[in-house]
Amino acid sequence: MKTDFFAKKRRQSLLILFVLVLVCYGSIILTDYDVAKGFTSFPMAIDWGLSNFYPTEASLAKLPEILAELLQTVLVSIAAATVAAVCAMLFAIFGSSITKVNNFMSTISRGIATLFRNIDVAAWAMILLFSFGQSALTGYFALFFVSFGFLTRAFIETIDEVGSGSVEALTATGASYFTVVFQSVIPSSLPQMISWVLFMVETNIRSATLVGILTGTGIGFLFDLYYKSLNYNVASLIVITIVGAILLIEYISNYVRRVIL
Amino acid sequence: MKTLLEVKNVSKQYGTDTVALSDVNFSVKEGEFVSVIGPSGAGKSTLLRCINRMIEASNGEIIFDNVNVQGLRKKELRRLRTKIGMIFQHYNLVMRMSVIENVLHGLLGYKSTFSGVLGLYSEEEKKKALQVLTILGLQEQVYKRCDQLSGGQKQRVGIARALIQNPKMLLCDEPIASLDPNASKIIMDYLKKISSSMGITVLVNLHQVDVALKYSDRIIGVSKGKIVYDGSPKKISEEEINTIYGSEAGELMIEVGGK
Amino acid sequence: MNLEESTKIVTTNTPKKFLTAGTNRIKLRPLTKASIVVRVTLMSLLLLTLYGFLTFNYAGVGLFEGIWTMLGNFKTMFVNTHFKHFTFGTALYQVLITLGLALLTTLFGAIIALFLALFAAKNLGSSYVSNAIKGFVAFIRAVPTVLWVLIFAVSAGLGSVAAIVGMTFHSVGYLIKAYSESFEELDDGVIEALRGSGANWWQVVFQAVLPSSMTYLISWTFLRFEINFGVAIAMGAAAGAGGIGYEMFMASGFYLDLKEVGAITYFILTFAILLEIFATKIKGRLKVRM
Repeated sequence: MKTDFFAKKRRQSLLILFVLVLVCYGSIILTDYDVAKGFTSFPMAIDWGLSNFYPTEASLAKLPEILAELLQTVLVSIAAATVAAVCAMLFAIFGSSITKVNNFMSTISRGIATLFRNIDVAAWAMILLFSFGQSALTGYFALFFVSFGFLTRAFIETIDEVGSGSVEALTATGASYFTVVFQSVIPSSLPQMISWVLFMVETNIRSATLVGILTGTGIGFLFDLYYKSLNYNVASLIVITIVGAILLIEYISNYVRRVIL
Repeated sequence: MKTLLEVKNVSKQYGTDTVALSDVNFSVKEGEFVSVIGPSGAGKSTLLRCINRMIEASNGEIIFDNVNVQGLRKKELRRLRTKIGMIFQHYNLVMRMSVIENVLHGLLGYKSTFSGVLGLYSEEEKKKALQVLTILGLQEQVYKRCDQLSGGQKQRVGIARALIQNPKMLLCDEPIASLDPNASKIIMDYLKKISSSMGITVLVNLHQVDVALKYSDRIIGVSKGKIVYDGSPKKISEEEINTIYGSEAGELMIEVGGK
Repeated sequence: MNLEESTKIVTTNTPKKFLTAGTNRIKLRPLTKASIVVRVTLMSLLLLTLYGFLTFNYAGVGLFEGIWTMLGNFKTMFVNTHFKHFTFGTALYQVLITLGLALLTTLFGAIIALFLALFAAKNLGSSYVSNAIKGFVAFIRAVPTVLWVLIFAVSAGLGSVAAIVGMTFHSVGYLIKAYSESFEELDDGVIEALRGSGANWWQVVFQAVLPSSMTYLISWTFLRFEINFGVAIAMGAAAGAGGIGYEMFMASGFYLDLKEVGAITYFILTFAILLEIFATKIKGRLKVRM
């Protein structure tokens, strides 16, 4: 019996390993990936980075311009996350099994959120380019849609986790639906929701760079400009400011989380 | 004394074949302390929740304070619920809010949606909340967050929330099932005092027979959705308790015998 | 305690500790650090949003007319969908390439991250090494994936090599954080028991750490796979990695064919939802709560 159990387990592991290797091999063929080049490119990239990819004194002159674009990008990210949070709150309340008005509305809310969440932010950017062109609004709406989809799901889970106890108690006192929501559901789940919004702001700043490259706006566009004109000194300075902004936001949101959760 | 609550032929079915309550009949007088006992899953919780329509009964009639509960529309139902306080096994407080805020939640049924949503309370109401908290011995806990309280204290906040409603009746769903014996005694003493000195009717679900026998004016025994005993705690016999608890009590005996 | 007595005490006058400072009104909640931080956070988010809307570079596009064209475009995209520059079969093949990119980078990332995470977990290695790895990883994650890819592209050239190395880099950063946190949540007792019985470090890792955290590792890896599918679309568009993302980039930026963009969106949506369902199923089967 015992040896059988171990033999079976080993066979299973081997099978999984075999399938993984097979899928991996298939993917390498499909994506036209040169494994050897992959390995050699890594030290090459580091070598190149150390000798070319750093800001010089001359590139520092561009700092005010960079910071202005960065600020715009950060503001777009925050605005998208905040407005999305307000909409997501509404959809989550209708979508959660605890606070839903009826099953139909709940399914619709969840469905819409799934739709928005599963179209990647880059895809949204390319879609929205048709409507807003090279305006900051392209990036704003791309980030907004994805944030909205993601936050709706996160908020639904938050409300579900808080549980139906206090909702039941307040309903039993004769309180109306909106009173119950505002006096029980929102106070209980607000800190967790704020934590999700801060997470979304962080994610948005990362995505905003990508969206900027695709749509020609914000800090992403600026990076693309200097990158394509081979001015790697300024490009590296831009990367450093982005990293600084992200680490700063991460630090702030970690602090907020520690205090409120 | 006047009859406050009348339950006539009430049944509750879930889906097509799960019967939670079948043909339940009983009445409760003003100021009475009534315990509903029975094994878990017998339908005690469902019965309690049918009275304030947290669960809709499938059939039958419920008359509370001369009003037919089944026929009420939304607004009237809200008004009815203000007259019935409810206490829960898991307290069901908003844990992140302060004790006094949770007590004031008992007044939400009297408020318009606007002032309810914003949580606007008058000084008179806040004073009343402090008063109720003092009665329940919580004057030192007024500004604590509810998740910082002990189980017994949480349940007292639950009672305070129900009392501030100025109710005619309290529905208590297993109020001491999550508490240690000491805290249980305190809670039951408060409920008894509320019934005797404030004249509020108390209907309480319990699964501890000894507690029910000690505190109640009357016992209602429920088994498999049916009432199998309705009478004074003094007259209930061991045999009748066995009928209520069915095989569960039998198993208990065997366990004791085995030891 | 007598009920009537206590009632009288409070109705006569309210003790000072219940009043809001300087007023005659009874306060409802104490001002704690947590509630202040909640309010400050909400206010800052609100003000920054308003400030943002006032200062955005709108480039002459009105908000409401933009939304109006957007709704019109959505209708064209999703109702009058068509293929013009490629066929259904090609689209499917391109999606498979994107999936391949996501799969490779997740797999490579998982293997590398697994080893590094063992050293990054505070309960398994020295805190000095742990802090060093975690600091480095925080830096890797702070650089957006697209920038890693573009940086690698300078020496490797635009294409799948740069995309895969860059995406793997970011996946490693993400997974080390997730894995090491899963390891740190392990019960110290298990590790102690094995150490006590004379097991060496590798034995502890393979007999206790990995088996007990396996479900978490698998669900984090699937989550990253889901994310990498999105990233792979983006890299196709922004860094020439090929796949459905590149087709979308062409349809959108080159052919300006909204209806074809709609068709591609349907493809992306279908596969992303399938992945999400798949990941949820696996998570449900492993009974993991994250």
